[in-house]
Amino acid sequence: MAKKPLIAADTRPWRDPSATPFVRIRNITKKFGDVAAVHDVSLDIFKSELFCLLGGSGSGKSTLLRMLAGFETPTSGTIEIDGQDMTHVAPYNRPVNMMFQSYALFPHMNVEQNIAYGLKRDGLPKPEIADRVAELLTLVKLQDYGARKPHQLSGGQRQRVALARALAKRPKLLLLDEPLGALDKKLREETQFELVKIQETLGVTFIVVTHDQEEAMSLATRIGVMNQGEIAMIGEPTDIYEFPNSKFVAGFIGSVNMVEGVVTEDEPGHVRLRSAEMGCDIYVGHGVECAPDQILSWAIRPEKVMLSRDKPDAPFDANVTKGVVEDIGYLGDMSVYQVLLDSGKRLRVTQTNTVRGNPDAITWDEPVYVTWNDTSGSVLTV
Amino acid sequence: MANFSSDPSFPPPRRLKPWKAVERGLAKVGISGKALVLIAPVLWLLVFFLIPLALVFGISLATKQFGRPPYSPLLTTEDGTVQLTLHLSNYIKLFSDNLYVAAYLSSIRIAFISTVITLIVGYPMAYAIARAPDPWRNVLLMLVVLPFFTSFLLRIYALTGFMRGNGLINQFLGLFGIEPLVMMQTDFAVYVGLIYSYLPFMILPLYTTLVKLDVALIEASADLGSRPWQTFMSITLPLSLPGIIAGSLLVFIPAVGEYVIPALLGGPETLMIGRVLWDEFFGATNWPRASAVAVAMLAVVVVPIMLLQKAQNAMVEK
Repeated sequence: MAKKPLIAADTRPWRDPSATPFVRIRNITKKFGDVAAVHDVSLDIFKSELFCLLGGSGSGKSTLLRMLAGFETPTSGTIEIDGQDMTHVAPYNRPVNMMFQSYALFPHMNVEQNIAYGLKRDGLPKPEIADRVAELLTLVKLQDYGARKPHQLSGGQRQRVALARALAKRPKLLLLDEPLGALDKKLREETQFELVKIQETLGVTFIVVTHDQEEAMSLATRIGVMNQGEIAMIGEPTDIYEFPNSKFVAGFIGSVNMVEGVVTEDEPGHVRLRSAEMGCDIYVGHGVECAPDQILSWAIRPEKVMLSRDKPDAPFDANVTKGVVEDIGYLGDMSVYQVLLDSGKRLRVTQTNTVRGNPDAITWDEPVYVTWNDTSGSVLTV
Repeated sequence: MANFSSDPSFPPPRRLKPWKAVERGLAKVGISGKALVLIAPVLWLLVFFLIPLALVFGISLATKQFGRPPYSPLLTTEDGTVQLTLHLSNYIKLFSDNLYVAAYLSSIRIAFISTVITLIVGYPMAYAIARAPDPWRNVLLMLVVLPFFTSFLLRIYALTGFMRGNGLINQFLGLFGIEPLVMMQTDFAVYVGLIYSYLPFMILPLYTTLVKLDVALIEASADLGSRPWQTFMSITLPLSLPGIIAGSLLVFIPAVGEYVIPALLGGPETLMIGRVLWDEFFGATNWPRASAVAVAMLAVVVVPIMLLQKAQNAMVEK
């Protein structure tokens, strides 16, 4: 569902160091009393991006969004939108609209009046407002609901009214606070798709705040992972998942097996770690900035680990260890194995169920070999 | 071994609760538990509200006479026939005598102006309390309610201490060489008394609607380009209308019939229906006339309530 890159250079301006960012956040700090909700965040967001701020509760993602909308004033730092300094501009003077988590639809106005609210403030002529409202109702597929009051709508319909209202003024930048948070799972998946489609057709820059990593992964062109008021990592969904830059990011997104190891070989082309936890050497097929005898963390995703009954080849005399299947979780599309290694460490391994009702599948209490490729894991220095 | 107690086809013997038996007994006579609960308030209203109201209405249709009670009986027995005599003269007098019409109009005017001023004064106070940080909110609300811990009468007397010729205000003005102002025994003093006394009744319902107002709505309005005053006019004010209506009724209704404040603070030219009623009742001992004044006042007060109630219901339905 993420944006399909049509022309690589065109849709991924963040890869081009000379591109001018649309939103430029510089060293933003926001303190509530002594507590810094957002601490020294710098962030560039480009035109037509769908940027997701992902983080747990209290990570500062909502505060950052509210500073972009103008509801909070930063303690220090600057916010620039489309080349203009917006740090101290009042919300009603910003070319920015927000879709609220609670939707914040005006209960005493019907759907049309809600959508027209911002347009009336701009002093547009009446027929123009009516046209624009009709256009937006069509966009969110609520043509027949214009006269309804918000309380007469379902949750999904309210969400779409909120989106239409936020888009009415053709903002340069749309901020969405947990846009799908109040919807049930099925509706959320449908709406996700629609949201991306609308964003693509209109070409508006979206900044989405969410705590749902799946939502962020499927929506975003890029994700900013936030932790304790700071940005832990910025990157495309694949970067965040496959190449996390820290233990926090690796653990926050998806599930991961993390172990520690001592550097025994530190070459420009590869690194070898001795891990007591894994009960074998870990051979990493690329260079890492480290020193011999340094203790490093190494993480591997459950789906990148392979199980076998026969001893696999070990080309570097590493990356193979032994264990016993302790538990199996059958999820339909895949199974989750919990493997108890000889060292006592438990590994999480997932295997796709490609064969229907496989009678030969590895089962409980079976001794197995555990192996992985030299490029599958990530070395984490922080 | 089969365990019979856990077998669902053999339910355990039912234990009869004593009040269930009572309930069944009452049901035989046609009284349900719900009716039983309602009986107490219905009886209360009947004895202390409806019957007295009917008595007042009855007396308003009698004529004044000397003796005990000081009005003519409605029902008389003469030669074995029961006669019902209803006098409409009291009501006719209300319309024919300018005093009453003037008193009604003046009461409504004073009550209306007081209500508007309490609204203007009370709204910002209620808004500030509703938006105050959590620990402050209860303290501020407590301060609003605090005057109720003192007798109403005492507080009105205290106001005279402020406003009389050598009162606190005039003493203060005297420091700057300003001539003492005449405040007591004027309409001004009545307004001060009314607004001061009824302000909490305006603030509390306003507060309850304003505190429920979602801050996100105000932010959404600002986000869509509304300046603060535009947001107030198009979001805050319409959404607090139920509180405005409730508060206005709570101030207007008692203010129309107010007796103590105009009696203590007002002058001879302050004409309010509560005073007229008092004079008829205790001065002229004309119970029937006084009753007619009271019944007419009820009509004057009930009509605006019904209209507002209707408006409020329509708003809720919309």
